[in-house]
Amino acid sequence: MGLVAAHRGPAGLLLALALHLALCARPHRDYCVLGAGPAGLQMAAFLQQAGRDYAVFERESAPGSFFTRYPRHRKLISINKRHTGKANPEFNLRHDWNSLLSHDPRLLFRHYSQAYFPDAGDMVRYLRDFAHHLGLHVLYNTNITHVTLDKDPQAWNGHYFILTDQKGQAYQCSILLVATGLSVPKLVDFPGSEHLEGYESVSVDPEDFVGQNVLILGRGNSAFETAENILGVTNFVHMLSRSRVRLSWATHYVGDIRAINNGLLDTYQLKSLDGLLESDLEYLALVKDSKGKFHITLKYFLEENNSSQNADSIPLPQDDNDNFAMRVAYDRVIRCLGWKFDFSIFNQSLRLSSGNEFSKKYPLIKASYESKGSRGLFVLGTASHSVDYRKSAGGFIHGFRYTVRAVHRLLEHRYHGITWPSMEHPITQLTSSIIRRVNEASGLYQMFGVLADIILLKKVSCLYPHWPAKPSSGPRPSLLFLNLEHSCLRNATAFEYLEEFPMQMLAQLETLTGRMAHHGLFVISMEYGRNFSGPEKDVFFYDRSVGHTEDAWRSNFLHPVIYYYRHLPTEQEVRFRAAHWPLPRPAAIHHILEDFLTDWTAPVGHILPLRRFLENCLDTDLRSFYAESCFLFIFTRQKLPPFCQHGYLHMQGLASTESLQQHGVESRLLKSYAAMEDSSQGPGDHPLAPESLTQSLDSNKEEL
Amino acid sequence: MMSSTCGLVRVEGLLLLMSIFSKLTEASLSELSPQQYFSTLQPGKASLAYFCQTDSPSNSIFLEELKEAIRPLQDYGISVAKVNCVKEETSRYCGKEEDLMKAYLFRGNILLREFPTDTLFDVNAIVAHVLFALLFNEVKYITTLEDLQSIENTLKRKANMVFSYVKAIGTPEHRAVMEAAFVYGTTYQFALTTEITLLENIGSENIEHAHLYFFHCKLVLDLTEHCRRTLMEHPLTTLNIHIFVKMMEAPLLTEVAEDPQQVSTAHLQLGLPLVFIISQQATYKADRTTAEWVAWRLLGKAGVLLLLRDSLEVSIPERANVVFKRAEKDVPVEFLVFDDADSIVSHVKNNMYFEETQEDENEDMEGPDLDIQDDEVAETVYRDRKRHLPLELTVELTAETFNVTVMTSDSIVLFYAGWHAVSMAFLQSYIDVAIKLKGMSTLLLTRINCADWSDVCTKQNVTALPAVKMYKAGESPVSYAGMLGTKELLKFIQLNRISWPVNIASIQEAEKYLSGELYKDLFTYASVSVLGLFSPSMTTAKEDFVEAGNSLKGYVITGVYSENDVWRLSNKYTATLPALLLARPKEGKVESVPLASTQVQDVLRIIASALLETFPEITVENLPAYLKLQKPLLLWFSDGNINPQYRHTVLTLVKWKQLESVMPCWLNLNSTPVGREILKTYFGPLPPLPQLLLVNLHSGGQVYAFPSNQSVTEHNLLSWLKKLEVGLQNPITILSAQEWRPPLPAYDFLSMIDAAVPQHPSSKVPECPKETEVQSNEQQQEDKSTTRRQPIETLRIKHWNRNNVLKETEKSFQHEKEL
Repeated sequence: MGLVAAHRGPAGLLLALALHLALCARPHRDYCVLGAGPAGLQMAAFLQQAGRDYAVFERESAPGSFFTRYPRHRKLISINKRHTGKANPEFNLRHDWNSLLSHDPRLLFRHYSQAYFPDAGDMVRYLRDFAHHLGLHVLYNTNITHVTLDKDPQAWNGHYFILTDQKGQAYQCSILLVATGLSVPKLVDFPGSEHLEGYESVSVDPEDFVGQNVLILGRGNSAFETAENILGVTNFVHMLSRSRVRLSWATHYVGDIRAINNGLLDTYQLKSLDGLLESDLEYLALVKDSKGKFHITLKYFLEENNSSQNADSIPLPQDDNDNFAMRVAYDRVIRCLGWKFDFSIFNQSLRLSSGNEFSKKYPLIKASYESKGSRGLFVLGTASHSVDYRKSAGGFIHGFRYTVRAVHRLLEHRYHGITWPSMEHPITQLTSSIIRRVNEASGLYQMFGVLADIILLKKVSCLYPHWPAKPSSGPRPSLLFLNLEHSCLRNATAFEYLEEFPMQMLAQLETLTGRMAHHGLFVISMEYGRNFSGPEKDVFFYDRSVGHTEDAWRSNFLHPVIYYYRHLPTEQEVRFRAAHWPLPRPAAIHHILEDFLTDWTAPVGHILPLRRFLENCLDTDLRSFYAESCFLFIFTRQKLPPFCQHGYLHMQGLASTESLQQHGVESRLLKSYAAMEDSSQGPGDHPLAPESLTQSLDSNKEEL
Repeated sequence: MMSSTCGLVRVEGLLLLMSIFSKLTEASLSELSPQQYFSTLQPGKASLAYFCQTDSPSNSIFLEELKEAIRPLQDYGISVAKVNCVKEETSRYCGKEEDLMKAYLFRGNILLREFPTDTLFDVNAIVAHVLFALLFNEVKYITTLEDLQSIENTLKRKANMVFSYVKAIGTPEHRAVMEAAFVYGTTYQFALTTEITLLENIGSENIEHAHLYFFHCKLVLDLTEHCRRTLMEHPLTTLNIHIFVKMMEAPLLTEVAEDPQQVSTAHLQLGLPLVFIISQQATYKADRTTAEWVAWRLLGKAGVLLLLRDSLEVSIPERANVVFKRAEKDVPVEFLVFDDADSIVSHVKNNMYFEETQEDENEDMEGPDLDIQDDEVAETVYRDRKRHLPLELTVELTAETFNVTVMTSDSIVLFYAGWHAVSMAFLQSYIDVAIKLKGMSTLLLTRINCADWSDVCTKQNVTALPAVKMYKAGESPVSYAGMLGTKELLKFIQLNRISWPVNIASIQEAEKYLSGELYKDLFTYASVSVLGLFSPSMTTAKEDFVEAGNSLKGYVITGVYSENDVWRLSNKYTATLPALLLARPKEGKVESVPLASTQVQDVLRIIASALLETFPEITVENLPAYLKLQKPLLLWFSDGNINPQYRHTVLTLVKWKQLESVMPCWLNLNSTPVGREILKTYFGPLPPLPQLLLVNLHSGGQVYAFPSNQSVTEHNLLSWLKKLEVGLQNPITILSAQEWRPPLPAYDFLSMIDAAVPQHPSSKVPECPKETEVQSNEQQQEDKSTTRRQPIETLRIKHWNRNNVLKETEKSFQHEKEL
């Protein structure tokens, strides 16, 4: 863009030439994606589909290089559930943790592995096919070693990102999408830490551990995976870490210990020699004795004794405390402490800093996944997990495939003026729109508490659209005014449905999506019960499920929650919301009762309370009516319920059938009008039995 | 002999029991001389007389009480008189001194008892004493347990007994017992005591109160066992004793096999609830034993029935074993599950207690049941869920078969969702269409469940359910936009067999087309056909018409004629080209409509308005089309076909262009029975038919009735309409302008959450419905209020912050502990 302006400018050839040279030196892309892992490819797929100018930079020769090495023991712990008993592909993504999003049904992971916990090699193959089939523009063997910022007022954000690869080739990008994952093994520094073996290089052959005493530092899935592999051949495995063990089935966080890896917990509690210990690694020291065995001691013991001493004479905790737990000598000490983001390639000018104490390993970003330091820099994939660390699935494929889509939608609006995709419906479809989504949407389900559907209420005059204009000739009849649609303006008459918006950005919804929230909004998210899950909580307690609609707010398992706001909350309100609330206090809230089958379609258990909630928020009647009832309302009421307005008045009334009519009479929701003549003498409105109905019809015929 | 007369009186007494206390009219006390008095005495009739000296004012209090007692005593056939002891006539009943004046009870002229006036201290005492004296045989006064047991023994297997303890003779309780004895004395043996020790001996509690027991001696099988007895738990009043005794008379346990909602017994009428114990064949014996046990425990408190589930037609929740029906009308029965019979009894007792003590609060506490379905479509579809539909008549599509099917054969697709009630209601009509078209149509009827295949539905641009689309080879799919019913969809399918508009090739064919001979079978579905007439040179006009006709396919039969000899048709039907000919073959009518504009939209509008009739029969299906005219309806409600005379009148006025401001139409109550409900809303009872009304649906909602004493003539009708226009007539009713608000409230989960977390700071934030009011009030106030509000907001934020900080420190503290 800048270039075109310069060409036209009168300044002349020299400047243009200079710019031209510069351009040749560094090719321009609107979008540059760093890393061809799952997140990078996912973003590339969306950019490709939207026809954007983009490139993916990958240092290895194929996509998903992380998975060629990790996990070391090759078993992915992401579920590959190939059968759900349902045909709905959107629903099935709720139980497919490995596929990326695309329009090609062949690009589903279920075609790549039969295993419930698939092999990492299948993931590599899958990612290769994904990039290949979709024809994604990936520059392989291009290792971006340096990223810096180049201010330019012509650029979309006032600056370009300049990427330099290992050969010194520079690239100029308007938008930088960082999807490099967490690539640097987390190290620990204490005296003797040089003796540690790392997860990334330790042997995976159990033979190498036969008859050994093994200490593993760390308490993540990599630590447990390593332990699992050698449990059967070692003398014992001890695990040491700062925090207590968190089990994912207690926390609902897939990053905590998965049951598939918890073999050591089992043997520990069943009095085998294996065990867990808690301590801060920073106070430790490791001493290697003359036989090459390792002893645990404390750092300050070493500091007290000048460390020049012979290893065997270094004081150990058991000298004073003869029952010290780790007094045994270890053959190996293995470090399995996870990974962190590689900040090294980013120039200071990008101001890409690490997060707070709890998410140090991640770069600091907003809930919109944009860097807090520089506009136009977005972090995707595992590296973006600071947004929902320990809460939801944003650090994993089955979560970030949706957050990447959300980022893409934000980009489309901000840089291309394409408003966030939405569907507009008449208000009569409000209940069923929500029911449809909560029953099939995978993004809400996987990214619970992070992505939410937004319903923006609209007030449009509901003049009958097909009515002919009034004839202008002739005097206007004095009895004639237009009134039936008058009531339309009192309540919302339509709504826009936006899918999977980052909840924490709710206050900025209008600027981020280009959609207006003038008449109030609903936010639909999925949540677990507030006090249900957490480390050390008993998630199997008796009476853990709620069965009555009035107790729905106590639901414990993942269930839909709907917030109603009259106005878009402000940033202040979002930031200073009450503890444990994902959103500011709404005007009203509804919980759809948890369901064992996650099937929220029960007419009375789920749909009816939802309708009542929506009705009371909108102050209207959202029931559906048969055409005959609408006909009656037209003659007996000045106003019509929305269902009759949108259906019957547009010649799309719902006819009843004989059997439905009969049920209606039995339920007393409908009357048998034909039988009324007979009952009209009596006082009662009570419906008659079907026999008398037909009888009276017959007698009417005879009278004719 | 005495008892028989008494019996007669008793019937009367029973009827009057209820009204005794309500009678306020004071009876006058007849004042007689002794001679006069004795001459009025009738054999067998009881009479109470107070003999007093004339001019003695001292006993005025007694006289007041005696006056009050006249009416109740009269109800028992006892007359009351004041006898003045005049000097001339001396009577032995006239005492010597004023303070010795007494009242005397006679039967006939036999003296039964004399009462010192101080025993008759008030009206209750008067009635109690008098009845006690009269019912000497029926009500046994006893003082010892032996007395009671001997009576009990004589009654076993023969009769039941009512035993009561009152603190003293002449108390209101005593009177109540005596009044009951008067009514039930021949049916039951009554026994009365004032001895508190006797009461203690039979093991009563709360002995400071009056007690009444019913002894079920008739049931006793073994003469050595005691009679079972039931204590009346309510205070001793005439009404309560009456209800209690009635309950003792009612069968202990009744077996029913009908809808509990419909069952009514004496209990309900007396304000007591019913308890249905649900039984089935397999467990009948055990259930009956349980039910009997419960019935004994609840005797006098509730009616107990055994409900036989097997022979029941209404459905009862599977798990429920007890149905509880409250005495209040229109309260739905409750289906309950109990683990033991004891809890049934305590449930009933608790609920009765509720009614008595919390009647006022009850309404606030127990709102309407939010879980009762009030959506007619959802409820009827749900109730019909188990009926088998011949779904196999339609092809169920999937993502795999969808494209192949709609591309290889002409098909119609219903997009629905299994959980969507409106969809499922329409599915029934759709299946009806399939039944009607079975083996007759080349069109493939298919359906796809969007709950399973949402991606297919999205790809087909289906945004709202249900949707119907027609797919034909080489054509873009057509969405059905008509009514969701069998008749209309069938018409759409049938009319779509031909690609409209048809090209008419010759004058002869055009005539056949207009007469309905061409496409004869289609005229069972449509009554009108449209023919566009164009001269060969009018190519764009013709193209526009073809496009309009194409978009109306499925709804209107259209044809186009543009041969060289088109002038023949235009001459015949006096049409200026371009023009439309509108044919109604059944009526043999063809009319021409000029095509003023040939824009597609205009052509569509012209056709749409041309299709409307001048005096249509209004039906559920066609009303919306006529509403579009936005005119008040001049509407005859007719029981059967419309009187031809009315039709003539209307058509004449239309011809005179006198009915421009209204839409004349009629409604056949036989084909549109909902019309009866409309009339009921307007008139209450059904008015005489036919009934002519002017219904102003679009503004004001006034309904005017044509005077029933006038005949419907052109003149009368016009002058009536004139009067309406200038406001000289009063509407018979005005339609309710009520908004369609939520039928019931929703669960207020926000409050429930607040209540569970009491420290939540924002519980003071106004509730959902109130906030708007608050805001509008605030707007009226000055700026002050907004400045005042600010600190509260910031305070709240601070509070939250503090909470957060606390939480954070707690967390870090925990971390340290863990190390």
